[in-house]
Amino acid sequence: VSAPLEFRDPVRARALCDALARATADVGRAPVAVMHVCGSHEQAIAKFGLRASFPPGLDVIMGPGCPVCITDQPEIDEAVALARQGVRIATYGDMVRVPGTAGSLADAQAAGARIDVVYSVAQAVEQARATSDPIVFFATGFETTAVATAAVLTRGVPANFFVLSAHKYIPPVMEIVAEMPGTRVEGFLAAGHAATITGWAVFEPFVARHGIPVVVAGFEPLDILAALVKLVEMIGRGERSVVNMFPRCVTRDGNANAQRQLWSVFRPIGGRWRGIAHVPNGNLRLRDEWAAVDARRQFTIDVASLRRGAPSSLVRQCICGNIMAGIASPADCALFGGACVPDAPVGACMVSSEGTCRIWHEYGGVPNLRGAACPL
Amino acid sequence: MCLGVPGLVVALDDLSATVDFWGVRRQIRLDLVDEPVSVGDYVLNHVGFAIRRIPPGDVEMTLALYEQLLREAGADDLMAADVRGEIRAGREGQEGQDGQPRDGRNP
Repeated sequence: VSAPLEFRDPVRARALCDALARATADVGRAPVAVMHVCGSHEQAIAKFGLRASFPPGLDVIMGPGCPVCITDQPEIDEAVALARQGVRIATYGDMVRVPGTAGSLADAQAAGARIDVVYSVAQAVEQARATSDPIVFFATGFETTAVATAAVLTRGVPANFFVLSAHKYIPPVMEIVAEMPGTRVEGFLAAGHAATITGWAVFEPFVARHGIPVVVAGFEPLDILAALVKLVEMIGRGERSVVNMFPRCVTRDGNANAQRQLWSVFRPIGGRWRGIAHVPNGNLRLRDEWAAVDARRQFTIDVASLRRGAPSSLVRQCICGNIMAGIASPADCALFGGACVPDAPVGACMVSSEGTCRIWHEYGGVPNLRGAACPL
Repeated sequence: MCLGVPGLVVALDDLSATVDFWGVRRQIRLDLVDEPVSVGDYVLNHVGFAIRRIPPGDVEMTLALYEQLLREAGADDLMAADVRGEIRAGREGQEGQDGQPRDGRNP
């Protein structure tokens, strides 16, 4: 358990905490609920003990912002099936331990499959150049990582390099959360670096449709506090627009070069996000022009042979899905910290460094300490 | 996975750059960045790709944020581990030391 860090500017942080309390009180009802959709935001909130400084009338909920967690089990099954068929798989680190319906890539590796962890899709391409074996890159993550996959394909890859895309696109899932029956979410904090790619204007249609304000936020505690103040003020005043509170990284239209490559390689299709629902346009699949590198078209992936038996009782108790949808917290889970820990995770949220359960576990169990002293 | 890491461009080679991260040098791809990058610029990098040239006026604050994070975090801290992973995402050049600083500075 890490000790809370020093704030870079404690005086400003204190002022922001006070402003947040005032803005929350001014809304005139409680609780006010806002959602962020970014594992790095949750890491900063938990690491710096920010929830203890939030006013009691404000709920800051982590939504589906962990790319590893929202990768659906059938997508993991596809990678596991390919691995068990003898195909070399390269993927980002946390994906290896996330269970599908019939084990994880780590289980396949223990049974003899060849799995390589990479920090970049470019490293997977280099591996393909160094061998004649087929290598399938199990491509996960949001638009921030999808643009990198698009870039290596645009630049040209060797004939033995293939992509199994499980990439996801954030803006459509915000619609799903906003439309979920019983949702309490009245405002969104959008993730700064995803918006670096997409630009902040991408959220304008969402705001117009749902009347829910969006504030783009950076990752530093002060960035998050300032963005929350703005968002709660907007809720109180009924302002429905997008505000960019991370101008040092995010522009209105984002990175046009990256977007061009993204949409020339991928097309959005509907599909399930683990635990959430079917998300229209939420999944990124390779366009027909890229069929030659698409693992789904170049390999026969025998997923059916993997499936056997019913999930264990522990898996059936896991509430990852509700946690990612923002309608439950790790504190509501009977397994959290007991039967489910980072070394023996039951659900994906305890595996990834961006998963809500892992973050809460790492930074002190249940950091949502109502009434605790402000750490400032 | 989305935190990124800032670094200083010290050399350019077509569509890649040698980028210095507190003494660790890695080859970073420039395919995605949307404005010209020069030696001496700082770029924000994610999974081995520069995604933005950091405006000069914002460099100091951006670096201070990451330096505090890396300095004060324990070895197993999740955010610091993500940042170290972002550095390792670059391609090792001659000077690459797999995320370990060469000059004794403790980033």
